[in-house]
Amino acid sequence: MGEFEVHRVRFFGLVPAGVRCLAYQRNGARLALARTDGAVEIYNFAANYFQEKVIPGNEARSVEALCWGAGDRLFGAGLGGEITEYDLSRLCVAHSVDGGGGPIWTMAANSSGTQLAIGCEDGSIKLFEVVPGGIQFERNMDRRQGRILCLSWHPSDTYIAAGSIDAIHVFNVSSGQTVQGIMVSYHMQKVKRKCIVWSIAVLSSGTVVTSDSFGRVQFWDWEQGTLQESHTVSTSAVLSLSVSEKEDSIIVGTSTGATYQFQLLPVKTGSLEKRWVRTKPFQHHTHDVRAVVHSSTALISGGLDAQLVIRPLMEKVQKKGYDAALRKFTFPHRRLVCCARKARLLLFQFSQHLELWRLGSTDKTGKDGEVLPLCRMPEHLVQLKSKGPEHIYCSCVSPCGSWVAYSTASRFHLYQVQYKGNSISVKKVPKVPKLVLPAYQLQFSADSGSLFIASAQGSVHVLQLLEPGGCKHLHTFWPPSGCPEAVYLLAVSADGHWLAAVGGDWAIHVYNLKCFKHHCTVPTYNCAVTALAIHPVTNNLVIAYSDQQLFEFSIPEKQYTAWSRMVQNSGLHKVWLERDSPITHITFNPKNPSHILLHDMYMFCILDKSLPLPDNSALLMNQSTLKQLPETARQWQLHAFKICKKFQPLLFADLLDENSLVMVERPIMDFKTQLPLPIQQKKFGT
Amino acid sequence: VSDQKPLGCWSVKHGQIITCPVVCNFETHEYIAVHDDKVLRIWKNKDINLDKVFKATLSADVYRIHSLPNGGPVVLFKGGVVRTLDVLLEAPQQEIENIISDEVIKWSEAFMEGQQPVLIFATEKDGDFFVYVQKLKMNSLHKYKLEQQELSKPLSFTAYIKNQIITLLCLYSNDSVYEVLIPLQQNSEEEEQVLSKSLLLKLSVSGSVLKGTSFVVLDKDHIAILGSLAAPGEESKECLTIWNTKFQTLQTSKELPLGTSGQLWCYEEKFFFTHGKVLTVMMYKCETSSLAAAVGKLKDSQTPDVSSFVNWNTLADEELVVSFQSQQSVALKSESRMTLRSKRNTVAQVQPDTLSVGQILLNLKDASTTVFENELRQLMAKAQMPDFQASIGCVITALVKRCKTNPKYYPQNFLLHIVETRDLSYSLCPDLMAVALEKKDVYLLQVCLERFPDIPEEITYACLKVFLSVSEAYLQRTDVNLESIICYIDVEFNNKEVKTEIVENGFNAELEHDIRDTKITKETHPTADGELCPVGPQKAALLNAVLQSTYSEAFLLPHLKNLPAQQAVVFLRYLYYLYVKCSEKINTTLPGTRCPTISQIMDWMCLLLDAHFTVIVMLPEAKELLSNLHKFVRAQVRFYSELNKIEGSLQELQRRNHQKDSQTYSIEVLELI
Repeated sequence: MGEFEVHRVRFFGLVPAGVRCLAYQRNGARLALARTDGAVEIYNFAANYFQEKVIPGNEARSVEALCWGAGDRLFGAGLGGEITEYDLSRLCVAHSVDGGGGPIWTMAANSSGTQLAIGCEDGSIKLFEVVPGGIQFERNMDRRQGRILCLSWHPSDTYIAAGSIDAIHVFNVSSGQTVQGIMVSYHMQKVKRKCIVWSIAVLSSGTVVTSDSFGRVQFWDWEQGTLQESHTVSTSAVLSLSVSEKEDSIIVGTSTGATYQFQLLPVKTGSLEKRWVRTKPFQHHTHDVRAVVHSSTALISGGLDAQLVIRPLMEKVQKKGYDAALRKFTFPHRRLVCCARKARLLLFQFSQHLELWRLGSTDKTGKDGEVLPLCRMPEHLVQLKSKGPEHIYCSCVSPCGSWVAYSTASRFHLYQVQYKGNSISVKKVPKVPKLVLPAYQLQFSADSGSLFIASAQGSVHVLQLLEPGGCKHLHTFWPPSGCPEAVYLLAVSADGHWLAAVGGDWAIHVYNLKCFKHHCTVPTYNCAVTALAIHPVTNNLVIAYSDQQLFEFSIPEKQYTAWSRMVQNSGLHKVWLERDSPITHITFNPKNPSHILLHDMYMFCILDKSLPLPDNSALLMNQSTLKQLPETARQWQLHAFKICKKFQPLLFADLLDENSLVMVERPIMDFKTQLPLPIQQKKFGT
Repeated sequence: VSDQKPLGCWSVKHGQIITCPVVCNFETHEYIAVHDDKVLRIWKNKDINLDKVFKATLSADVYRIHSLPNGGPVVLFKGGVVRTLDVLLEAPQQEIENIISDEVIKWSEAFMEGQQPVLIFATEKDGDFFVYVQKLKMNSLHKYKLEQQELSKPLSFTAYIKNQIITLLCLYSNDSVYEVLIPLQQNSEEEEQVLSKSLLLKLSVSGSVLKGTSFVVLDKDHIAILGSLAAPGEESKECLTIWNTKFQTLQTSKELPLGTSGQLWCYEEKFFFTHGKVLTVMMYKCETSSLAAAVGKLKDSQTPDVSSFVNWNTLADEELVVSFQSQQSVALKSESRMTLRSKRNTVAQVQPDTLSVGQILLNLKDASTTVFENELRQLMAKAQMPDFQASIGCVITALVKRCKTNPKYYPQNFLLHIVETRDLSYSLCPDLMAVALEKKDVYLLQVCLERFPDIPEEITYACLKVFLSVSEAYLQRTDVNLESIICYIDVEFNNKEVKTEIVENGFNAELEHDIRDTKITKETHPTADGELCPVGPQKAALLNAVLQSTYSEAFLLPHLKNLPAQQAVVFLRYLYYLYVKCSEKINTTLPGTRCPTISQIMDWMCLLLDAHFTVIVMLPEAKELLSNLHKFVRAQVRFYSELNKIEGSLQELQRRNHQKDSQTYSIEVLELI
């Protein structure tokens, strides 16, 4: 079919931030995750664990705790001392309230989500009531010495247990008084060392479970103040713990990266006496496991190695399917790289800066697998630093390479980049139109003449770019029936005629750019869109969903194409559907209109529509088999999916021209070396 | 059982119906049948015509006859009255009252408790179930009511007796097995106690539910259930299943696609059931229940398999049931009408090769030694037997039994051959090692230690003790596998100090300095140093086998404390020797194959010191050894701490190096076909 010159790029120095805390929405099957850089992400378990929403971080806003209140409202609290409510449709901070007790280390919502309790640096626990449109201070609990590091509500909402250094306390919620204080100490060779209670949970039986810095998981009777059971699981700290809803299983995370499951099991078969037994150890992480969640079917853990691991409990999973697979997420489910095809530039988006690189080149050709000698090295052209504490939401470079745009929560920047020989000048475009910010996605038109800005409430702004270095607001598209959610994906056709936009409600609207009118809406499909693109020749819209389905929708005809119907009728290959990372980018080869190029984290695929689809008995990844076959025998083995798994983890892939590709990889080892060293474990000696 | 062909076949006259299973009286070797509810027939093997044998007509309907070993047959009448056969035959027409009024007997079973026959039967009336326990000698009858279960009722019962308690297991229609305990010593005479039951097992496995029809208890942790396994959305399949009640797991199951009659019997580790038109005999073996076995992690776990069967169709083309007489009776289900003695020859020809191992062994019980061994060898040669593991277990058990009864008989080579060529485990032949220990057969013990994965700590200790106590002179005359020591102990000249060529010098200069003081001691006390093997090569090889066997510290330690102090010192000396040997090489492994690893050596050393420290400290001859050991260990610890430091530095270097990895960009050619 063809040979490609692949620019294999590994100089994108992205270091994903570690996972700081997790909050599982019991009914809605969404998981909120906060990273150490303050970013908050929402994973939708129903949509095949898609990273549905991302609220970029802020240097001034650390998040130490997250919790869901009043159903689907998300609250965060951090060392800045403020309680923040997030606006999940506009993906920004809705409002924040000062906690009044210094840095907040922990926060927990009661079982109905109507009250929030925070644990502060000054040793106080404060209760806030969740009211429409905000939260209201309600009362203080007894103040104890030492910062409150963790707290947990009794399921009946009448008591709160809190852990601090060397002690745990139980408070009566209605009176605010301390009803029990337990000293948690650790004596070793007569030297008393500080014992930090990292995590706490209260069971409905009144048992308090704690995990501490000496690697112990302990069970206390809070009424008596006595220790019931103590399990030493690790030589280093146990940082996090989570109890299942049925209270028969606990997961703990340690600073060595190991997680352990505890289960409440009968002492003997048929016996009524039950004990907590450490059952399963897992070592999915290399660094501290700061957050764990026990969902009804899975153990979920997040570590400072930036990984989110979802480990299904096989005994709870009924059949093989999406839920039965172990999932590890390290990189975001969206693009952080943008490619200027004509200028052969790559734009890398970091949390607070952008890097613009020019690709190298070669004048040789070779056979499959060969590394060609370079005649020009890649060049780091520009680094654009975003000022202020806000992190970047999105960025884009125009196909000609002369425009770069990015947006933070409150500011939008457009730059004109001029190349004169070897020197480069970056000029900020003054007087950009005042728009409702943040922008969630930016997209230049193919002729670099206009910029599309995805905005809140389903709207898309169109800016016209003017030489020299100016712009003007042309139009704003609004979805005909309105939409509270922000637009998160854009696609524009090569002829500049059509624009497709996907909002948080997963509806895809197609607008006509010639007459600035809404053209049509793609029939709704009950899953999140992960990527979409418009074919340069046929103006067909190709859509990838998080359940790995692919659709092709003809924009001029306003209906699914025959090929798309055929795919839906015969079904995609089982192995294709079982992949666990979403398609994050789709592109086309103008010289081969039947080809669709797509990629996810672990593979790059050219989908040839002119070839038959593979059935389940065929080998999906058949490239290595094909290469061994003689030319004549290949014909019978060919199918539509040509998959290459050589480049992993693949953050971005695009077509530069008809026979050259660019692949941006980020080897795990490369960024692991930039993380702080994990706890040293001895290899030698006994 | 001598053979699998039917030994005899008898039939009643046309129009008569056999109404209860035929049993065999073990004392008189007579068969007892009942036809038309009331007519007793008793006959012997040599009788041909059933019409001409002893006949007694009783005054009431018989429900079942139970035959007990050491106790005569017991007759249970439909009215609930129990009489021994002897009493009945004295006056066949004696009046039999009805004591259970209009309850219907559903199931009955008889046991011997001490010298006393006990009969238990269950009755039903209007959905209520009652259990009666009759002690014949004391003539006491207890009636219990079975606790009601909503929406389900018992389908099948089985019971066993242990420690004066009858354990009644009931298979309920809600696919659960309940357990009911009935104490035999019943003091209170009050009527109709209600028996409470507890759930033993739910017959569901990953969504599919077993609809049981009949079941038997195999041992304290296993039950076998015959029934149909129904998964939602699938057609149900008849199958035989073995469940572990301790871990609530389905141990194994065998599909029976041809269908069964729903009846299952079990005698002497064999299942009997009908499969299609065939009576299938299946051997099974339940290993001691362990978690490993329950989750399927145990090596070589025994699963039942069809070993032999009687082909129903070869007997007659009409529907009939053969009383496949083993030592006990097998129930008859329907009438049989014709005599089949004429066909016996054909039957024998059809099944030339299907002798089960158990039967062969029984046949050979009294054979002479040579015949016995020859037969067993032949048996072993048929390697493709489906239940080979179980059969080998039986063979070994038979051999060991013979060794026990005949003290002069000890087929060492044969046993060795079996252990070496087959994957055996300790639990499959627990007596083997005991016999070997008794005979001081160190070679066999060595092989067993090397091969068995599950030797109890007590036996491991016993082996160790035997190995240490056996004199070197005796060992030199004995054949022992020297494979594990051949590379580091010079067998020929082990009295001289010989350095083997394979040893590398992995120490750096710093370490040399550290252990210099150790070396000085070595020079001054050549006998106490680690260079010379303190035991002979044979003994060393045997000890290596002990070192490499699996054990759990908590169970081994109490036994180890009993080791005489002198032997402990010898053993410790040998361990120290091994440890020094290990440390000579940079990768801390001993040269050769099947050598103990350094952690095994260290673990044993620690264990031994834990067990004997107070004694060893007091022994003057051990003083030197302990101080050497201490110095050497200290030197090693220092060495390793240095290594750890170096590892840290190297890692840092690697980290820095990695950052400068120049391969951040390349242009490659990719071909997609």
